[in-house]
Amino acid sequence: MLTLTLILLPLVAGLVLLGLNGGAVKRVALAAALLELALAVYVVTSFQANTATQYAFSADWIGSMGIRFAVGIDGISLLLVLLSTLLVPLIVLSTFHHAYRNPSAFYALILFMQSALVGVFTARDAFLFYLFFEAALIPVYFIAALWGGENRVRVTFKFFIYTLFGSLFMLLGLVYLYLQTPGTHTADLTAFAQLSLTAEQQSYLFWALFIGFAIKMPVFPFHTWQPDTYVESPTPATMLLAGIMLKMGTYGLIRVVLPIVPLGVERWGTPALVLSVIGIVYGSIIAIQQRDMKRLIAYSSFAHVGLMAAGILSQTLDGVQGSLIQMLTHGINVVGLFFIVEIIFSRTQSRELDRLGGITQNTPNLTVYFIILMLGSVALPLTNGFVGEFLLLRGVFEYNTWLGAVAGLTIILGAVYMLRMVQKAMLGEKSGLTQHFTDLTLTEQLTLLPLAVMVFAIGLNPNAFLRLTEPAVAQLLQSMVK
Amino acid sequence: MLSIVSLSLFGILNLFLGFLKSSRRLLLPATLLFVALAFAANLLDWNEQYLWFRNMLRTNNQFINFSGIILLTTFFVVALSRTFGKDEEHTHPAEYYAIMLFSVAGAMMMVGFENLIMLFVGLEILSVSMYVLTGTDKRNLRSNEAALKYFLMGAFATGIFLFGVALVYGASGSFNLAGIGAYTANARALGVSPLLYVGLLLILVGMLFKVSAAPFHFWTPDVYDGAPTLFTAFMSTVVKTAGFAALYRILSASFGGVYGYWWQVLSVITVLTLLVGNITAVYQNSVKRMLAYSSISHAGYLLIALAAQTRQSASAILFYSLAYSVATVTAFGVLMLVSEQKPVEGRPDERYEAFNGLAKRSPLLAFALAVSMLSLAGIPLTAGFWGKFFVFATAVDRGMTSLLVIAVLMSVVGIYYYFRVIIASYLKTGDGEPIEIRPLYRVILVLTTALTILLGVFPDLVRHLF
Repeated sequence: MLTLTLILLPLVAGLVLLGLNGGAVKRVALAAALLELALAVYVVTSFQANTATQYAFSADWIGSMGIRFAVGIDGISLLLVLLSTLLVPLIVLSTFHHAYRNPSAFYALILFMQSALVGVFTARDAFLFYLFFEAALIPVYFIAALWGGENRVRVTFKFFIYTLFGSLFMLLGLVYLYLQTPGTHTADLTAFAQLSLTAEQQSYLFWALFIGFAIKMPVFPFHTWQPDTYVESPTPATMLLAGIMLKMGTYGLIRVVLPIVPLGVERWGTPALVLSVIGIVYGSIIAIQQRDMKRLIAYSSFAHVGLMAAGILSQTLDGVQGSLIQMLTHGINVVGLFFIVEIIFSRTQSRELDRLGGITQNTPNLTVYFIILMLGSVALPLTNGFVGEFLLLRGVFEYNTWLGAVAGLTIILGAVYMLRMVQKAMLGEKSGLTQHFTDLTLTEQLTLLPLAVMVFAIGLNPNAFLRLTEPAVAQLLQSMVK
Repeated sequence: MLSIVSLSLFGILNLFLGFLKSSRRLLLPATLLFVALAFAANLLDWNEQYLWFRNMLRTNNQFINFSGIILLTTFFVVALSRTFGKDEEHTHPAEYYAIMLFSVAGAMMMVGFENLIMLFVGLEILSVSMYVLTGTDKRNLRSNEAALKYFLMGAFATGIFLFGVALVYGASGSFNLAGIGAYTANARALGVSPLLYVGLLLILVGMLFKVSAAPFHFWTPDVYDGAPTLFTAFMSTVVKTAGFAALYRILSASFGGVYGYWWQVLSVITVLTLLVGNITAVYQNSVKRMLAYSSISHAGYLLIALAAQTRQSASAILFYSLAYSVATVTAFGVLMLVSEQKPVEGRPDERYEAFNGLAKRSPLLAFALAVSMLSLAGIPLTAGFWGKFFVFATAVDRGMTSLLVIAVLMSVVGIYYYFRVIIASYLKTGDGEPIEIRPLYRVILVLTTALTILLGVFPDLVRHLF
């Protein structure tokens, strides 16, 4: 029931928002998001570290077809539910200084998006999963297309078509699996995992499913929609996309691909893993060249997600565990970084690295937060990024030493582009634009503080989280061997 | 059965209502009532099986389902009708309503036929009515051209169809579906006359023309474009539903035994239809023409279920037809209102630009349009998604992988052109006055939109009937 509440609360709150007007909208949206977070925190603290699906809820939905409205939280869902509930209040808070046109629709769409995201991460039924997977796309499309930059219509349209293209192949794969189930058919994901399919069938299914998730993440070479979309979207939409939505792809790999088509992963995992590793290096090298801060972070996000995919496809405990913790970590860091870019943009009207500089001199607070998030992002020990990247790289090494070595470049290249960004934007001489740069306001601090705290909380005590996910991941990997 | 008889009588009654100027006002409510009565009369036979006229016509649940969809669509279309043209002298609303009722009677015969002669009679009633309705805008050159084109090509197709029926009769010695079915059932053991194959092919050509499958679709865009929008809506829904019901009946009941012979033919036509419909739709500047090509592409999706011919095919076709009809009627309903706002050279403006800023001018119209486009594109939580789902499931069951891949790619293309309308109405700014909507019009649009969403969330509501 609690899981259902987590899905319905933002949905209902969003509908209420549509009826409101004026200044109350922001505060109601924030209150709803905080309430949701409180519920999620309760779920995380009372979660039992075992393999069971907890807080499950199941009801008949399309009875004649054996499709159920089944949701629940297990170790694999847990951190992602926490991620989506933790980031949304911060995203709402980050918009407090900005007056968007038609705010009730804007915040309602954010909350609808959250509802769909929590739905994706908790769905236990294949079609429910698919439904939320698609449903998450529509609000963010409209946020980006209605409140975005100049080329928004063209760019977001490409994004929409591209991701739908992928998920339609995923749908075909799911329909195929569904028709393989005995009797009157069921769409239960665990029932899918128990089918005995030949390696041949699983190979086709692997690609059908993988393409759907790979476009969402995105994995090289399916990434061409991503940088433009991130840049043209308004920052809250970018945060939703990079912070939470791309995790739908990596989560899908763990939830759907690994348990259901293990033989397909065995046969085709290496090419897919090579693609992911290419993405890591390729994304990093492009990020180093970027002048626009938002575009730079977009490419860094592309590189990071490549490593997560590689870790999952390595099918090792370290790799999958690392990807789970890294999903949480990356969400926190990337939302923080995008917010800092937004802060700089709102004061200077520029994101061009060449035109910025010397911001530190006026802004001790901003500098501290920026550097904390940057260090988390380059995976310095004791920050959150270190835990995830270390585990991920260990997993990839275990799978194949050479691939691990190439993937390891991410540490060096990541440091290059991140340090370059901080140096160009914050240090050096003041430019004309940054002459009168003012430090953080209270709401900006309130947004960044929880993120900075999380950087250290996860970095210092990763076991608090890893302990919760380990039984489920271990069981998943064990079931793949069979 | 009662419904077919009553519809014919109601049609004649309609003609009488048109005599007096004072009684003409009753036409719209009377026609709505007639359609509703026919719908109710249909329901009386639920769960009963009857054969009529010496085994010429069969009524069963499938008949009731298909004709229910046809009657429901007709109800919506009639409710969306208003004045037919401004000058009273040249319009004959009574005749139009009467012809619509007659054509529905013909469509229902196409759904329930048990004998190929009956199918022919139904097909002709429907087709001739459509030729007339296409040409009703008689002062408009395009409408005249469309009617003539439709008539000439339609008559030709009917001829081919009839020739096919004759050949099949020559081979099997029967006009009866069951009789032909008994003959083809032994095809593998005893072999069949080659005449049967030629006949089947000609029947298919004739029928595929009616449902506008490629390469027999060339009339569709011109006719849909030239006909008054109301009748385009009627044509693209009722004719399609009836045509597919007839195709399904004939292929499953009579030619199941020679499935190995025709499934490849049908698959090739399916692929062609999907490619032509979707890709040509992308290049249209007029929403009306886009919808015409989209109706070709939907014929392609329906053909998938037909070519797969599994146990689920009938219910897939039923659900798809329902979802498609409801969404199409909504789309044409909105198009009718929007295009009349700012006529260009005295003609309704049907270009995409006419929809710019629609969300500001009328949130209801924009929302109804968006839902119908999402449904036609097959986005989840709309009825169209489940329609596609059921259709694709039949092909997955049959293992038609390459057909499915093409269908999926084409649905992505479909999303492209359907979304152009949504983008125009929500994301582009346009100038224009708020649009006034009559109460009945509003009710129907709300109803069809709600139905699309309701079936999208709970497809089980109707699926257990199919």
